This record gives sequence, structure tokens and C-alpha cells, in this order.
Amino acid sequence: MAGWLGPEEWQAVALSLRVALWATGLSLPFGIAVAWVLARRDFPGKQILNGLVHLPLIMPPVVTGYLLLLTFGTQGPVGAALQDWFGIVLAFRWTGAALAAAVMAFPLMVRAIRLSIEAVDPKLEQAAGTLGASGPWVFLTVTLPLILPGVLAGAVLAFAKAMGEFGATITFVSNIPGETRTLPTAIYTFLQVPGGESAALRLVVISVIIAMGALLLSEGLATRMARRISGA
Amino acid sequence: MSVEIALRHKQGAFRLAVDMHTPGGVTALFGRSGAGKTTVVNAVAGLLRPEAGRIVIDGEVLTDTQRGVFEPPHRRRVGYVFQEGRIFPHLSVRGNLLYGRWFAKRGTRGPEIDHIVDMLGLGKLLERRPTALSGGEKQRVAIGRALLSDPRLLLMDEPLAALDDTRKAQILPYLERIRDEAQLPILYVSHSVAEVARLATSVAVLHGGSLVRCGPVADVLSDPSAVRALGVREAGAILIGRVAGHDSDGLTRITVSAGEVFLPQIDATLGSMIRVRVEAQDVMIAREPPKNISALNILPVEIIALRGGAGPGIVVQLGSGDDRLLARITRRSATALDLTPGLQCYAVVKSMSVARWDVGSQGV
Repeated sequence: MAGWLGPEEWQAVALSLRVALWATGLSLPFGIAVAWVLARRDFPGKQILNGLVHLPLIMPPVVTGYLLLLTFGTQGPVGAALQDWFGIVLAFRWTGAALAAAVMAFPLMVRAIRLSIEAVDPKLEQAAGTLGASGPWVFLTVTLPLILPGVLAGAVLAFAKAMGEFGATITFVSNIPGETRTLPTAIYTFLQVPGGESAALRLVVISVIIAMGALLLSEGLATRMARRISGA
Repeated sequence: MSVEIALRHKQGAFRLAVDMHTPGGVTALFGRSGAGKTTVVNAVAGLLRPEAGRIVIDGEVLTDTQRGVFEPPHRRRVGYVFQEGRIFPHLSVRGNLLYGRWFAKRGTRGPEIDHIVDMLGLGKLLERRPTALSGGEKQRVAIGRALLSDPRLLLMDEPLAALDDTRKAQILPYLERIRDEAQLPILYVSHSVAEVARLATSVAVLHGGSLVRCGPVADVLSDPSAVRALGVREAGAILIGRVAGHDSDGLTRITVSAGEVFLPQIDATLGSMIRVRVEAQDVMIAREPPKNISALNILPVEIIALRGGAGPGIVVQLGSGDDRLLARITRRSATALDLTPGLQCYAVVKSMSVARWDVGSQGV
């Protein structure tokens, strides 16, 4: 594989995988939490939270990227604080690419998980309460096992989105080889230089393989989980 | 063990106002749908926060709106068997049964799982997934699960309503065993007089959100003034008796306080106490001991009260030894026989009119 791919191409694939894994992994707990709040709680401002979550899906990705730059750039309020207090720099780093991918993928993740939470019968959670389980335990022992297929679906969607994120990433962290040049930006770059088509094509093939693989894996796992849960 | 329930609650146009005190045993909350039965048990479980009210179990205050006390459901130690079972689909039968165990206080072990599994006949089902269970099996698992969470009070919201008659008849003996063995007070919601007659030790009759009658089951079921609330067609009192013998022709002889009655073969050991529901429409009244009649059961009775409504029928309350019977006869017959309170006469009941379903164990 590494022989078939040039070092630059390999670098882009590896970086994309790393960015997508981190973006998915780190945003998953938040995704579950936000999905649960949206599915099960009523509070003033719920529609605003819902809107904020979905904003990256609706806005042009360039706008999201620019807002990220304004907020998390070294001059931005959050970015400056992160740098001063923790020494964390996001702008023009692969970590920033992961943040951009996570933000862009978040609405898809939340939607999938929210749907699965809404499908859980609250009466089961009530029953768990009468058996002595407090709120967090009810979630861990009843809700979470029942929504696992939905969580998995949400994670795979988010992973796929993160692998393919382009607009916000290039705006926020640019296109630095080895640091922020992910698969899509690499394909874009190869297409800009004469003779780069074959490299671009190889990356396209890899993209398709990864996307299909993730989809098949998640479908298989979800079917198995659903069977386990329903016991059929 | 005692449970105090005082509630005021409004839901849309529906108003609930209940004040009751249950002495332990099985207290049936009886009423038609919409009478407020489920609202009461939900408030006891903590699934509903009443507008005003106080719920106390054995001196421990669970809800007191005046003092701002509201224990959440998981800290009440109140078991709940729901109408639809609510078995966790992702756990095996064993996992469901043990669920409450994870959260029970250390030290208070409660009943042993082996005992409960035995009592409810769940031995062969332990490794099954819930989807592979029939409705009756699911309900037994739900009952076992609630018992194993070591509750101090068990709520049952029409646990048999979703089952057909055969399944009901299969589960009722288990419920009788819980009543007789587990020493656990039960609040049992039902709209079936037959179920109440089999299981309850006391009855609270709800109608339109208020309590119309509350007392020991034999008193309430034999009270002519409660007949309307219970439903005329289903009215019937209970006789308590001891199994005295199984005759070779398939009848079982039962000693009751006023004599002997014969019923079609009952599955009960000699000497055990049983209760028999005798429907009011199956009881005839005769001024003299009838002769040459096919009915086997003729008990000397005294007329205690007569109560009629607008229709052609009246309900007669009869004293039969320590027991009470109800007879539903026409006003015309009552006039013709000149029935008045204090009169001695005879109650006639066909053996075959008593359904197997209406005979249950009485415990002690």
C-alpha cells in the first residue's frame, strides 16, 4: 500500500484518518449529551441550541471555517486563552483540522443519536427508576444500551463527514503538507498542479474504499446489535 | 405496615381527591377506566407529583407537598408492576430479574432469587430473551423483577389486563402466593370484580376521581349500596370456607360458616381455606327449604337489607353465618315473597354456576 502511494499521498491519508478519528471520538460524548437534552428535555432556548447545533450543516463551510478562525485563532478570544493557559494552539495545526471536522460533523452525529433516543420508550426508563436506578444509572443501564446502534450510526456518519471535510478545514487551518493537508485538500492540491491527476485518482480510490468500508462495518455492527437488543 | 395516601390533583377536566389508609395485605383500587386508579399508584411510586398531598409508608414520608418533601422514585423502595410489563429488551430474563439488585442497599438483601424463580415458575426461562416470552411469561418476569428489588410496597397496575382468560387463570395463583407468603403489602389496581374477589383483602372503590367506598373485601363486595359502583352484572359476595372432602362424583365439599356447599372439583388440598365468589345473579331466595330441586347448595340465611334502583331488579343482602351473600332478584319476586329485613329464608345456589375462576385460595 505504502509502495503504491507516494509519501505525500500516504501522509494525507494517515492524517485524514487521524483527524477523523479524533474528531469523532472526542465529539461523541458531547453528541450523545446534546442529543439526549434535545430529545428528552424541555427548556427555554431549546430551539436556539438546536439551531446552533445545526448551523454548520446549513451555513457555507467557508463561513464556519472563518468563524472558527476568529474564535480559535491565536488572536481569537478562545484561541488566545487556550494558548496562554494550556499552551494549545489550534490554528494551522492538525488539531485545528480535527476541531473543524468535529464541528462540521456534529449535526449529523446529533441527528442520528437523537432519533434513536426518541425511539426509546420512556416507560422503560420509568420502570428502571422504580427498581432503584437513579437518573445517570437509568441512562447507563437502559437508555445507552438501547441506543447503541444509533450511536454507532451517528459516529460513522460523523467519521465519514470528517474524512471529507474541506471548506471549513482549509479556511481555518489552511493546506500545510504533513500538518493540515487532509485527503480532500490533497486531492484538490494535486488537481491544481500539472500531472497530478494520477495521484488525485489514487486518493479518490482510497476515499471510496474507506467510505464503503466504514459504511459496511457500521451496517454489520448495527444489525448485530439490533439483533442482540431485540433478541430476535 | 400501613400506607397513608392523601391526594388532590387536577389533570385537565379530571379532578382527583383521595384520602385513604391501607392496613397491609392486598388493597384493591377498584374502578372503571378514568376513575383515577393509575393516577393514585403513580403518585405513590413518585412518577407523578401531585398538586397537593401526603404519602406515608410505615411512618416514612415520601411525599408531602406542604413541607416540600418529594422523594424521587428510585429512593422510595416501592415496586411497580406495570400493565404492559415493561421488560428491558436488551437484558435476558435473569438480567431483568436481577436489575433491581444492583441498586438495592447493601445489607438489605431481600428475597432470594431462587425462591422467587421457584414461586413464579421462571426456572426454564432464565436465559431467554424477552422477545421469546409470551405475554403471561413477561408479566411473571415483571412481577419477579419488582419483588427482587426488595420493595416495602408493591404496586400492580392491572397486571392481568393485557392477558387472555387462560393466561389470567395461570397467573392468579402466583399472585395469591405472593399475598399469602411474601408479607408484602400490595396496592392492586383493577377494574375486574372477579380479580378483586380472588385477591384483595381490602377494597377502595374509586369513581370519577373520588373514593366512594373503602373497607375489607367481604364487606365491600357484599354491600348492596356498593353494587352500582362495582357494576350490577358483576356484583357478588364471597364465601370463605374450608375444603372438607373430594367426593367420588367429582364434587368438592366445602364447610362454610352456615353449613356445607358443593362445588365442581377444586384443586385444593383437604383442610385448606378457600374463597368463593358467588355472583348475585346466581343466587335464588326461597321462603321454605326447597324440595326436589336440582340445586345442591341450600343455605339458611337472614335478610339483612334490600336495595333497589329504578329498574325491575333489586339487590338483597343475606347473612349466612359469618358470611354475607348478595342476591339479585326481581322486585316482583321480592314483593310476592314479602321479603323484609330480619326474615329467615333460604339461599339457593347451583353448584355449576360457580366458575373455576371464581374459586381461589384464602391463605390464613
